[in-house]
Amino acid sequence: MKISVSMLALTAALGLAGAARADDKNVKLGVLTDMAGLYADAGGKGSVVAAQMAVEDSGLAAKGWKIDIVSADHQNKPDVGVNISRQWADQDKVDGIFDVLTSSVALAVGGVAKDKNLVYMNSGAAASDLTNSACSPNLVHWTYDTYMLANGTGKAVTKAGGDSWFFVTADYAFGQALERDTTAVVVANGGKVLGDARHPLSSSDFSSYLLQAQASKAKVIGLANAGADTTNSIKQASEFGVTAGGQKLAALLLFASDVHALGLKVAQGLQFTVSFYWDANDGTRAFAKRFSDRMANKQMPTMVQAGVYASVNHYLKTLAAMGGNPHDGAKVVARMKEIPTEDTLFGKGSIEPNGRVVHPAYLYQVKTPAESKGDWDIAKLVATIPADEAFTPLAQSTCAMLKK
Amino acid sequence: MAAAVDAQSAPSGAPGFNTELKVFAGMALVLALLPPTGLVYPYFVMQALCFALFACAFNLLIGYVGLLSFGHAVFLGTGGYVCAHAARVWNMPPEIALFSGVAAATALGCLIGLLAIRRQGIYFAMITLALSQMMYFVYLQAPFTHGEDGIQGVPQGHFLGLIDLSKPMPLYYTVLAVFLLAFLLIYRTINSPFGEILKAIRENEPRAVSLGYKVDRYKLMAFALSAALAGLAGALKVIVAQNASLTDVHWTGSGEVVLMTLVGGLGTIFGPVAGAFVITAMQQYLAGLGQWVQVIQGVIFVACVLAFRRGLVGEIAARWKLSL
Amino acid sequence: MFGISAPALLAQLLVGLINGSFYALLSLGLAVIFGLLNVINFAHGALFMMGAFVAYFLLNLAGVGYWGALVLAPIVVGAFGVLLERTMLRRIANLDHLYGLLLTFGLALIIQGVFQNYFGSSGLPYAIPAELQGARNLGFMFLPNYRAWVVVFSIAVCFATWFAIEKTQLGALLRAATENPALVRAFGVNVPRMITLTYGFGVGLAGLAGVLAAPINQVRPLMGADLIIVVFAVVVIGGMGSILGSILTGFALGVVEGLTKYFYPEASNTVVFVIMALVLMIKPAGLFGRTA
Repeated sequence: MKISVSMLALTAALGLAGAARADDKNVKLGVLTDMAGLYADAGGKGSVVAAQMAVEDSGLAAKGWKIDIVSADHQNKPDVGVNISRQWADQDKVDGIFDVLTSSVALAVGGVAKDKNLVYMNSGAAASDLTNSACSPNLVHWTYDTYMLANGTGKAVTKAGGDSWFFVTADYAFGQALERDTTAVVVANGGKVLGDARHPLSSSDFSSYLLQAQASKAKVIGLANAGADTTNSIKQASEFGVTAGGQKLAALLLFASDVHALGLKVAQGLQFTVSFYWDANDGTRAFAKRFSDRMANKQMPTMVQAGVYASVNHYLKTLAAMGGNPHDGAKVVARMKEIPTEDTLFGKGSIEPNGRVVHPAYLYQVKTPAESKGDWDIAKLVATIPADEAFTPLAQSTCAMLKK
Repeated sequence: MAAAVDAQSAPSGAPGFNTELKVFAGMALVLALLPPTGLVYPYFVMQALCFALFACAFNLLIGYVGLLSFGHAVFLGTGGYVCAHAARVWNMPPEIALFSGVAAATALGCLIGLLAIRRQGIYFAMITLALSQMMYFVYLQAPFTHGEDGIQGVPQGHFLGLIDLSKPMPLYYTVLAVFLLAFLLIYRTINSPFGEILKAIRENEPRAVSLGYKVDRYKLMAFALSAALAGLAGALKVIVAQNASLTDVHWTGSGEVVLMTLVGGLGTIFGPVAGAFVITAMQQYLAGLGQWVQVIQGVIFVACVLAFRRGLVGEIAARWKLSL
Repeated sequence: MFGISAPALLAQLLVGLINGSFYALLSLGLAVIFGLLNVINFAHGALFMMGAFVAYFLLNLAGVGYWGALVLAPIVVGAFGVLLERTMLRRIANLDHLYGLLLTFGLALIIQGVFQNYFGSSGLPYAIPAELQGARNLGFMFLPNYRAWVVVFSIAVCFATWFAIEKTQLGALLRAATENPALVRAFGVNVPRMITLTYGFGVGLAGLAGVLAAPINQVRPLMGADLIIVVFAVVVIGGMGSILGSILTGFALGVVEGLTKYFYPEASNTVVFVIMALVLMIKPAGLFGRTA
């Protein structure tokens, strides 16, 4: 008996293990994110902390589970992300990949996850393509997507009279998807789009794009970018007198960390759509406090980081229900879809057949400096978008898995 | 760059030929036996082989013509993009996709070469860098490259209709075979009359002109050949990695190939291969250090320039008076 | 597309002029260094970035504001340059000039890598000084005061440098040392020290440009890396022979870029390189260059 056990350990160590045992309680999670670039504050080290918290909160270690977390920096480059995830699958025997913000990387990693049959729970990327044209049986998409953002901020701004738009767009999968989805909403609500200016990911000088937007005379300048690109656009727009000239800025994706970085003086009045805000209720506040205590910069969690927590939580819950880790991505994801999602951060929800997690979304408005009572007291709730309206209706999804 | 290579410009006589052949056989044997041992990640070796070929192509210019191209990544990237497009969009079999990549890189090499050889030395380096940066922006915006997103999920297909490249071992040996053949081609070129004329240009360009050689034509041919081989490396890398991206056309890639060649030994035959393996291994095993890898690369760069100009293979060759 | 809209065109031209200021300051520094050292200083972009970071540190660690940084940061960066020249560049002075390019490329990797490691690759904010906040309504556009200041100040610095090199005794010595170092040495001038100080001055200009850029571009480890390659193209277009040439080419290409942003924005990143290719075909030595 002893010999056979050590033989098993040996073959496992050599990476030659055949079919895993049904009650295998080893799990390896990989958090793939932007550690030092323009999205590092939205995800980054905070995503790793969130994953660790979810593992600890699951209490599975006490029940004999061995759960490891590895993390890596994809530098917002698809090729880097693909290489890391392939090596995670081949060499490090990682079972599931989490976060993966930056849509270009997210879409590329989706291919690897399917090839290598991993669990792929994306909570950082926005492109709605993930659960449409690029959907896969290995993917679960948490937190938000461009459809949700367009139907939150885009719809609210258009309905408030902003009926002509010019987009300043980050020129890659995410920006293009956000511009596409927002255009659809603007047009559906009786507005029109006058043009766009596309800038490379991670730009620093937006002056010429903003001048184009100014020259277009559009009522609304839609910022279809994210992270530091958005904060820089907003700062420079105020420098060039864009808002003073009567045009309105619509930051289509704004993380809490962005608002904090901008400061309320510059950001006040901006509306933004999220599915998680740290100060929403007692549950989120308790989580935010624990999270913030563990972060070197004491930041409050963004919705991306909250999404990592919730998706790891649901993954482990599913594995516990299955009684062991089958090391079979598609099988685990299929089971995940049968179990309703529930956690303190996103409330109750479910996973649709195309991998989309459906939960409510919220439209927030940045507070004025006078309204704010603290460093992170940055926004107030304007409207709640119910779960069944926040995401692409299943009938409209172009996911190939939905067709029989 | 004549000063760099004086130590290695051993005559390509019979004794040197013999050592070179032995070393080549040894290299081929080690590489062929490596994957079954399970000691290394085959994917890593394949990537290193692609970079080794890239460095050999670069070395053809710097080591044997004395031209420092500081934008060579553009040929790697062009070969990759066109190969990826051919395989993914046009559904070409891998050998045709590879060939398309090489053809595109060669054509671009002729164009850039025509402009760059109008100046020498530092200007040549700056012009190649600037033109490669221009192509970077072109690829950033061209629809077929998909900009930041890159071309993903490139099918590997069946090489010559027979070898299934989606399986690790057939892929490995195909990559190895292509690399070894290309290496032999470079070796043959260096030791041909054409190669001798290139070396004459490197040593003393005015004299080569006065001997009646059309120097510009030879330089351009060498440049195009180097671009073609760099394109082959890029196309091969795409077949291995299944994606083509902006990283491959970025100037940091051009800097890396200079570093690989410098570390291994400018103007040595095996130097670029050794340098490519050293640098790729460093990137692989030190990846956890994040940006410190870049700092270490910079330190190696500075150390090589200040104190170690012959490179690894160059030092060995000089110490044991070998031709490598 | 839309027909020509004069306000938008003028606005893009002005933005181009601001970029041109940075091209001019950086290519000027490169030309000064190249004149005496025959080195293309690849670390120029990294030192530009250092200038911005020095300004950032001065503000956040020592409480020294923008105006203090405008004086101190170039001196700090210049001193760092002196150190580099003394310890490294001097040792390869007698080798092929390409080694200078390789060495400074390595230095650029080190400097950028260290900063990226500690500060990530996204930017740190650096506020516009209080005196220069706000904007002026020119009728056709809002011109932020700070950006106007950058243009005016760069022109002044460029002109002062040109004057010092072309019209003063010291400048005459410098030019003589460029032509014939042995002869100048025979007159009792300490040429090695002159070389050191020239390198320090050239990179000091880069540091100065870095401080100017900090409030516009944010303080980012890679802010110089992408800029420097465009500046190389500017240098090839202008030719390295003339101080005035490098200044004029820098501003002119900024303006051309601005024009392109108006008429054909897709080409605004590539236009400088296309011009470089054209110049190479017609006048390989560059517009102001002496034939090599």
